[in-house]
Amino acid sequence: MSSNATAQLDYRALAERHGLKASGTRPTLSVYLRQLWGCRHFIVAFSRAKLTAQYSQARLGQFWQVATPLLNALVFYLVFGLLLQSKRGVPDYVPFLVTGVFVWTFTQSSVTAGVRAITGNLGLVRALRFPRACLPLALCLQQLQQLMCSMLVLLAVLLGVGLRPTPNWLLAVPVLLLQSLFNAGLALVVARLGARTPDLAHVLPFVLRTWMYLSGVMYSLTDKARHLPEVIQGLLPLNPAALYLDLMRFALIDSFHSDQLPAHVWLLALGWALVVGGGGFGYFWMAEASYGRG
Amino acid sequence: MGGVERAIVDAERVPTVVVDGVHVVYRVQGARPEPDSPELESGGSQRRRGRRRALGGVREVHAVRGVTFAAYRGEAIGLIGSNGSGKSTLLRAIAGLLPTQRGAVYTAGQPSLLGVNAALMSDLTGEKNVVLGALAMGMSKAQVRERYQQIVDFSGINAKGDFISLPMRTYSSGMAARLRFSIAVAKEHDVLLVDEALATGDRAFQRQCERRIAELRERAGTIFLVSHNQKSIRDVCERVLWLENGRLRMDGRTDAVISAYEQAVT
Repeated sequence: MSSNATAQLDYRALAERHGLKASGTRPTLSVYLRQLWGCRHFIVAFSRAKLTAQYSQARLGQFWQVATPLLNALVFYLVFGLLLQSKRGVPDYVPFLVTGVFVWTFTQSSVTAGVRAITGNLGLVRALRFPRACLPLALCLQQLQQLMCSMLVLLAVLLGVGLRPTPNWLLAVPVLLLQSLFNAGLALVVARLGARTPDLAHVLPFVLRTWMYLSGVMYSLTDKARHLPEVIQGLLPLNPAALYLDLMRFALIDSFHSDQLPAHVWLLALGWALVVGGGGFGYFWMAEASYGRG
Repeated sequence: MGGVERAIVDAERVPTVVVDGVHVVYRVQGARPEPDSPELESGGSQRRRGRRRALGGVREVHAVRGVTFAAYRGEAIGLIGSNGSGKSTLLRAIAGLLPTQRGAVYTAGQPSLLGVNAALMSDLTGEKNVVLGALAMGMSKAQVRERYQQIVDFSGINAKGDFISLPMRTYSSGMAARLRFSIAVAKEHDVLLVDEALATGDRAFQRQCERRIAELRERAGTIFLVSHNQKSIRDVCERVLWLENGRLRMDGRTDAVISAYEQAVT
């Protein structure tokens, strides 16, 4: 046993004498960021590949990138617009609904894809060396590209119901940027959690559905929450999904006024994006050396 | 167990990979064994015994149990052992792809596993897969552009028509294997790890592969080859590690280790 111990010491000393580096260790945060930047082309290629592969077996092909969100909005209109009459008290209900559905879907699908980012690509993780954050980030980028297709539909809807472009529409760009940062952070968090506990992928749909109903995607939250205690009425619009939804509505729909937004709304939106985006990245990076074990 | 005494460190040669008491443990989700499973009682023919945990469906598989050796520049090392003896797992640990439970792997440069299968998507065309696979291996955009034609030509995919613009799912298994290999060998590596990638495609392509591996070997610092084909091990490697049940059973010259292995198997 003692000879074994000296042998081990020798090997370590040998490695150190020749300047070998321990493999499979976590790089420092700045090195990690540099590596990630080096992988940017892979991230873009991977997200595009996923997007194309998604509909490649369908006869209508890439048309589904536009058709899927359109059908999605149609179903919600049928149920919430016509059956449940949620449109009462909401002027311009159709753009209100379509904006809500599309912007929410971006967050929802980023999280859903994120939780399987490591477990669903375990073969890749066990075959090639790259910063693992590439995977959840690429999946978010895929969702962002999907959202861009949805925005084309949204544009048609807005023009179709008679809304005309205003300078306010430009606000959609910062809203999307902040939301993307928020989504990426969230995807990174659930990617790490899902890598350790794959069961999370089965719980998440229920959490997300609850979150959706709490975010006023299909109805005006202020209307529906009127019977609730005031504390809760005040808290509901602070939830990040609701913030990004309502900011987008404020940007695009004339009849959606700023008095429907909580105070300091831009600061809140920025805060959520920075805290969740930055925090999620750090949280994911801390476990970098452990991904791949299963 | 004679070979393990090589622990005496060679001062003159330059090490490229030092593996120091490495243990690798897989966590297998949802694989709770049946209470009377023979796998648990006897270890089964696959010699990785799963230890059962009290809660949930998580089992741990201790695939590599304390392996120690040093590899030097210019060496080609074969890994042999029965199925499930931990050869591929050890390669992945050397490449830094699987976290070690205990011990450490030290390397000069980044060892890379020859294989991009996992990065490719069968729904994408061959040409998109070439780009995706090459980027996944860490090549820059300019390098990909530069090597693209070389990869396609090497694979011979376009010899029978314009197949590169068809989705990979339409390829025969041989064609897909050729394209995968061609992408994988397009990059040069400091330490190259090859996991039974040689036995793909028809005879002509196999010979082409062997030539390319020999080329890569000349340029790579060190090469590791996992194979059940003892001829290719004898052709390529001068040193062989024999793994059994996750432990290093023997480490020595190819002839000595392979004959000891053959004696033990028969």
